[in-house]
Amino acid sequence: MRRQQVLVLYLKNSALDSGVAAWALYDGTGRKRHMSGDADGPPYDTGLAALQDGWRLIQASPLLDHGVGNEFRTGYLKYEFFFERLVEVG
Amino acid sequence: MLDRLNSKQMASFAARGLLRFDGRVPQDINELFIDEAGGRNLSNYAELMANSRIPEVPAGTGLMEAYASDTALGRLVRLPWVRGAIESLVGPGSLIDHHFLHVLMPSGERGTTQHTHQDSTIDPRLTFDIQIMYFPHQVTPEMGGTRYVPGTHLRVVSEMAIARYQNIAGQEHVVCPAGTLIFAHHGLWHGGGRNRSDRVRFMFKIRLNPTVRQQRLWDTSDLPEDLAQRPIFHVKGRRDPDHIHSILTRGERWFENDTGRIEYINRIRFWRFLLGDESFDADYWATRVENEPLSAAQSGSLGNMSGNAPGTSGN
Repeated sequence: MRRQQVLVLYLKNSALDSGVAAWALYDGTGRKRHMSGDADGPPYDTGLAALQDGWRLIQASPLLDHGVGNEFRTGYLKYEFFFERLVEVG
Repeated sequence: MLDRLNSKQMASFAARGLLRFDGRVPQDINELFIDEAGGRNLSNYAELMANSRIPEVPAGTGLMEAYASDTALGRLVRLPWVRGAIESLVGPGSLIDHHFLHVLMPSGERGTTQHTHQDSTIDPRLTFDIQIMYFPHQVTPEMGGTRYVPGTHLRVVSEMAIARYQNIAGQEHVVCPAGTLIFAHHGLWHGGGRNRSDRVRFMFKIRLNPTVRQQRLWDTSDLPEDLAQRPIFHVKGRRDPDHIHSILTRGERWFENDTGRIEYINRIRFWRFLLGDESFDADYWATRVENEPLSAAQSGSLGNMSGNAPGTSGN
């Protein structure tokens, strides 16, 4: 039986080998409950390092044009990369 | 007499979205507050509210009318440095939006932390509210003090929509002595921790709305009249870290490569709002993207721009 682990990395730019600005982990095995504020350092230094450790990239945020009049508005983090890993349990 | 903020403190608030004063509230006020709140020997929130002498305050009540002067909160907001900070940020006559006693019961390892969020709802104004966070007793690392992310206050997001950002580079956790105050811009991203100690944790928050235009409300006597542009990029010496331009263009660890620069521009525009001076710029970030000359070149000036005498070759 396999369960999914999900890693979300927010990188410094659109390149997968850029640094990490923010991150999240969700563990479908139930072995560990990750939560907000539980780590002050990222699990990997770059997205590429996560690939090298066996995580599979399953989604990357697209590059979007800046809306006219909103070119300087900042909001959500731009460079979101979802990774997964399937882990045997039981 | 008010002890107002100075220009460097205000610039830091504009850049980072908060000012923090550790252990500055006198201990007798801290102890009185805890007593008025119902004490820390309690088992549930209903019991706390039943015992609390902190008043219910209708939204929109004037700050100075909300708390009797002989109560802990009344004494707190009348401390010259506290009132000076409040009036530097939101001016005289500010209104209480709401106040709330955040109580974190001991949860051991079973508890969970609060998702990171921005308070209230989408709020794109330049006008800003402040949130005073009051920590009346010592907060140890085990108590799960409020987590906040400096520099996030100018981002326009929708409250808990940012909850997926479990951890953000540069996030800070409040660990502090009794009597610590944080004055935060309403947009600062934050969240509560979990309390793994054996003591109840308190944090009292007061949100204040301004009733006046937030322009030059602080002590501007240290503000240079002429903040001339500095050399940028090609700079040989170490620059003054306390220069207003340095404060406004200091990055945070979570800044993305491109939008970090937009943060500088937004800080500059925020500082213009606070100064009431649309010509202000720091290190040319705004000037560059606002430069759109409208007048035509004068006859003969093109030759002068090339540096060559008319009729001569540039080679």
